[in-house]
Amino acid sequence: MRGRRWFGARKEGDEEAMAFLDRAARSLFLTELLGGLGLTLRYMFKPKVTLNYPFEKGPISPRFRGEHVLRRYPGGEERCIACKLCEAVCPALAITIEAEPRDDGSRRTTRYDIDMTKCIYCGYCQEACPVDAIVMGPNFEFSTENREELFYNKQKLLANGDRWEAEIAQNLAAEAPYR
Amino acid sequence: MPKLTIDGIEIEVEPGTSILQACEQLGIEIPRFCYHERLSVPANCRMCLVEMERAPKPVAACAMPCGDGMVVKTNTDLVHKARKGVMEFLLINHPLDCPICDQGGECDLQDQAMAYGFDRGRFGENKRAVKDKYMGPLIRTEMTRCIHCTRCIRFINEIAGVPDLGAVNRGEHMEITTFVEKAIGSEMSGNLADVCPVGALLSKPYAFTARPWELRKTETIDVLDAIGSNIRVDTRGPEVMRVLPRVNEDINEEWISDKTRFAYDGLKRQRLDRPYVRKDGKLQPATWAEAFQAIAAKVKGVAGNRIAAIAGDLVDVESMLALKDLMAGLGSANIDCRQDGARFDTSSRVGYLFNSGIAGIERADVILLVGTNPRWEGTLVNARIRKRYLMGGLKVAVVGEARDLTYPCTHLGTGPDALQGLADGSHAFAEALKGAKNPMIILGAGAFRRKDGAAVQAAVRALAESVNVVREDWNGFNVLHSAASRVGGLDIGFLPGQGGLDTAGILAGAADGSVDVVYLLGADEIDPVQLGKAFVIYQGHHGDKGAHRADVILPGAAYTEKNATYVNTEGRPQTARLAAFPPGEAREDWKILRALSELLGTKLPYDSLPQLRQRMVEVNPVFGKVGSVVPAAWGAFGSAGALDAAPFVSPVANYYMTDPISRASVTMARCTETFVKSAESAQERTGTHG
Repeated sequence: MRGRRWFGARKEGDEEAMAFLDRAARSLFLTELLGGLGLTLRYMFKPKVTLNYPFEKGPISPRFRGEHVLRRYPGGEERCIACKLCEAVCPALAITIEAEPRDDGSRRTTRYDIDMTKCIYCGYCQEACPVDAIVMGPNFEFSTENREELFYNKQKLLANGDRWEAEIAQNLAAEAPYR
Repeated sequence: MPKLTIDGIEIEVEPGTSILQACEQLGIEIPRFCYHERLSVPANCRMCLVEMERAPKPVAACAMPCGDGMVVKTNTDLVHKARKGVMEFLLINHPLDCPICDQGGECDLQDQAMAYGFDRGRFGENKRAVKDKYMGPLIRTEMTRCIHCTRCIRFINEIAGVPDLGAVNRGEHMEITTFVEKAIGSEMSGNLADVCPVGALLSKPYAFTARPWELRKTETIDVLDAIGSNIRVDTRGPEVMRVLPRVNEDINEEWISDKTRFAYDGLKRQRLDRPYVRKDGKLQPATWAEAFQAIAAKVKGVAGNRIAAIAGDLVDVESMLALKDLMAGLGSANIDCRQDGARFDTSSRVGYLFNSGIAGIERADVILLVGTNPRWEGTLVNARIRKRYLMGGLKVAVVGEARDLTYPCTHLGTGPDALQGLADGSHAFAEALKGAKNPMIILGAGAFRRKDGAAVQAAVRALAESVNVVREDWNGFNVLHSAASRVGGLDIGFLPGQGGLDTAGILAGAADGSVDVVYLLGADEIDPVQLGKAFVIYQGHHGDKGAHRADVILPGAAYTEKNATYVNTEGRPQTARLAAFPPGEAREDWKILRALSELLGTKLPYDSLPQLRQRMVEVNPVFGKVGSVVPAAWGAFGSAGALDAAPFVSPVANYYMTDPISRASVTMARCTETFVKSAESAQERTGTHG
């Protein structure tokens, strides 16, 4: 194949010869290398876009769908009323709820499990929740060393809620006009 | 026959048919809340409004009888506007608490609000709030949700016949109440949760535990009484979450009794989930192989006539037949399915069936109850008698315990001597029986538990023949059993064979040492002391009396955990279906017997359920027609003899606890506490008690 092209180039004449010279000049004067170095130089004077990740974090939307939390009312009463709409809407069947009347007669869960390995982070659960109890918070750093730690129970979810309540309340307030 | 036009379709209906019923015949759906086809029509919810030509305003379809030449429209702007208006008024005072309401997902108001509701309320004032009422351990109330359809009041007054509910005040202040704070004293109160179209009356044991969309529904039958009510068992995973009625016009219409509905939590407690073998006087967990080995070691070498088997009240026909064949293989004729020791003639099928059928009660005009309390022994039979009473012109008389049966009845006496009076015509009621068009005698199972059971049976047969209870087109001789397995056991012939012992004989034999091995198939009503020193094998699903006495326990399946046949008191074979798997190592009962038979050297000739059912049909052809009754021909039964003067006693002392399942149920224990014990203590009270 190669021989043939050479054979053809000779036949074409001047144009082929000019292209050859062009290439040779570019290689000789390292124009591409210098162009690259120039780009690097230009970016050295521009603001930095990379983040020093564990120490720096990028901004996230108030609608960000991160780790789940179960919220409480300001008085400390858990919000979840065991209506099971999140369980019903969950397309990945990641949520398991069991409920029974609490001693004071109110409807509360006795078990609220989310299998985070099944969850596809679609956010339907928080859409379905009539009391804003299950919310996907801003936390995305919840990797674990083994699978078992990703089977969240009610205690873990409520603890998450207590930890992230301030950020979540702010996000919900920011989103309130659009809901 | 009025002829009318509905939505441009002409229809001719029976006189007295309402527009709503005519619409249903045409397949046109009319929304409704207060209308219920088995209750009277108050027309107070106004949801079924339709437009009628030449009427000044919309009419309530449920209460307007069809007239000749009516032109009705159900799908016009006026109709929609009217229904939307009604819906808005209903929703004014209805709380928006669907997420915490147990009715959510199966609520009439929720469904119809999707069609006729606005998406926002225009009502700015405060909503009404109503205090919840106490209605006993079975019904939970949330009275703020009530829309005043009055279905509950009509149900409890008309169907249940216990006037415990009513409405006080009017307009917005109307409240459904029990007047004084008391539990609803009806054995059918659970149906209130079904008739309530919203979430005002709910099932208390089911509270908050599940949602209708996460339940798997299995259509099966009930075995906690001999009626064989058709039920739907709702399960989530391995757990039975609730029991609901299924419509069967021949048996339970659409009601079920409270025991049927609420005893399911007994299925989760006291269960036998692994075999046990008694070692050193204590029951030790064992494997199936060890349990079978223990049985084989004991049974092999024992003469056939020293082995006996008794079947209990919740046992299916399949396992009784398997045990019968196994006992025949071992050379034993000592088998009996009447663990209560009832004595009656089983030679003629007509002598132990509810021959007229439960639906046949509606044709009767004079009913004589002998030795039975149908309210406790067959709640739905009692409901059917009450339904017949409400139709008018029914006379009921009772021989036996005088109880409130929810309809007026004449008490003729407590013992068999009253039967004598009826037979010789000396009693006034004999005239009524003779003059009746369709006379009916209902003989309770309690009458057979006496020593003179067969004589009572013969006396009632003689009475039936003398007052024309049996004709070509009518057989009013009825036996009301109280155990679900009884008729099935009799039909399959689980009875003492040639020279075999009956229950009393087996127990006497066990006590004096002439019976060495007793196989209890779910038999729990036997006093363990009577079993003497016999080697007892217990196969069943609950750790009840039988299991406590047993030397080897084989864990079986309860009625929701196996595909099995039961025969109800009418002689109607019905199939129970597997809703959840048996717990742990428990297995279906006939399979246990089949496996055991191989070890005992008398291998049963069937390996699958169809083969076993084939064998059932061979033994008795009635099992070929599941779901229908094969009428029995009249014949001579019973053996005339001297009647004991002792009064008849109902076999059901406590309605809420009659079998291992209901005895293990917490709900039934609460009911016993509320209804039975409080009634007992009320009798002891004096006027000075608060």
